[in-house]
Amino acid sequence: MKLKGWRELEPGAVITEAGNSREFKTGSWRSFRPIWIEENCIQCLFCWLYCPDMAIKVKDGKRAEFDYDYCKGCGICAMECPGKKGNKAIVMVEEGK
Amino acid sequence: MAKVKAATGNEAVANALRQVNPDVCAAYPITPQTELMQRFSTFVSDGKVKTELVLVESEHSAMSACVGASAAGGRVVTATSAQGLALMWEVLFIASGTRLPIVMPVVNRALSAPLNIHGDHSDAMGARDSGWIQLWSENAQEAYDNTIQAFRIGEHMDVRLPVMINMDGFIISHSIARIEYLEDEEVSSFIGEFRLLNPLLDVARPVSYGPLILPDYYMEYRRAQSEVAARVPDVVMDVARDFEKLSGRKYGLFEAYRLDDADIGIVILNSAAGTSKDVIDEYRSRGVKAGLLKPRLYRPFPYREVGEALRHLKALCVLDRADAFGGSFGPVFIDVATSLYPYDVRPIMINKIYGLGGRDYMPDHAEAVLDELLQIAETGNVRRYKEYIGVRE
Repeated sequence: MKLKGWRELEPGAVITEAGNSREFKTGSWRSFRPIWIEENCIQCLFCWLYCPDMAIKVKDGKRAEFDYDYCKGCGICAMECPGKKGNKAIVMVEEGK
Repeated sequence: MAKVKAATGNEAVANALRQVNPDVCAAYPITPQTELMQRFSTFVSDGKVKTELVLVESEHSAMSACVGASAAGGRVVTATSAQGLALMWEVLFIASGTRLPIVMPVVNRALSAPLNIHGDHSDAMGARDSGWIQLWSENAQEAYDNTIQAFRIGEHMDVRLPVMINMDGFIISHSIARIEYLEDEEVSSFIGEFRLLNPLLDVARPVSYGPLILPDYYMEYRRAQSEVAARVPDVVMDVARDFEKLSGRKYGLFEAYRLDDADIGIVILNSAAGTSKDVIDEYRSRGVKAGLLKPRLYRPFPYREVGEALRHLKALCVLDRADAFGGSFGPVFIDVATSLYPYDVRPIMINKIYGLGGRDYMPDHAEAVLDELLQIAETGNVRRYKEYIGVRE
């Protein structure tokens, strides 16, 4: 994204476009990436409920893939995931590995 | 038609605010400003204004409420003094950085410690680089006139900055003087309807205030704000011309008093300028070419114009009613010295600190300064560049 010069800015740093935080891909902050292991998922949707960034997609009432554009890798979903028979459906993996 | 009354400075400014009839006022009492807001709150209680008066628990909250109300889209006022201004500190920068045209009379008073409630400029001088426009007033009439003009200046679409109107605590705030009031309708038509810029309460066009601006943009916002400050003097002059048409009273960026042909000069703010002008008249009647410059728009400081007005003098004394600790000179001295720095030929400058904590500034103080300047102009020798006057050894 081309950065604006000082003459192009809105007075007082006011944001005038509603909902433009969508353009800010906070996923680049992530150092650990959550991985969804579908066979261990019981579809409880705890991850969807707990995610502070709405980075867990739900389609037709079912858990879908992570939205890695916005997932900051906080690990709350992995922590809350009850898994199946002791096996987590979400695990955290270090980025770049 | 003007109405002539006897009023205190606080009363005159409270009446200016009544005539402006702002949307919101959030305030907390502090001496010597208390009477100003007490009178204004009476106008609210008596239904003379439609203002929503928010009684808060501190000045930090007062300025915070003003920021919220101004961002929401209201015309907003408050008033304070000394410690109250100091407690607003953090939020002053939020008001100016967010470009909110809040208007705030400041009844100048010394800062603690030691605790003192009397007139001096330490409070507003500390806030001189907070991004607020500062207008300074010699007497109650100027405080009234500056308050009315402040709305036009701060709310101008090229400016959108908060404005402080300064007057000396007790000396002006509590002394009764002759005031020419404008008619209520004259004031309301002079200031006009409040113009909105990105109001938070416009639900059809949602906006966000106060975002985090990281190193990739912070400096651009600061650069933009500096450009806004550069536009202020022209707006101040335009508003002053309109105000003169309405009131017959002429204002500039500063008052130059018998300065054009002067050899020696004084720069001094607010009420002490009146005393000094009397003494200058006396010296003029004896053939001494003395003059005075009284800053009105102190922030942003009109460096070029002040430099042009003073460069021809042989010797110049800047009197400060606020000290600068740490071995420095008084704040007005520093600004005036900066304004003269570009000139190869410029006056010899000295700095006097006077009147701290309400200590009286007397005609003989001005006389001693003028006598010293005459000597400096003649000999070129300076005894001391910075000195305290009216202080016991």
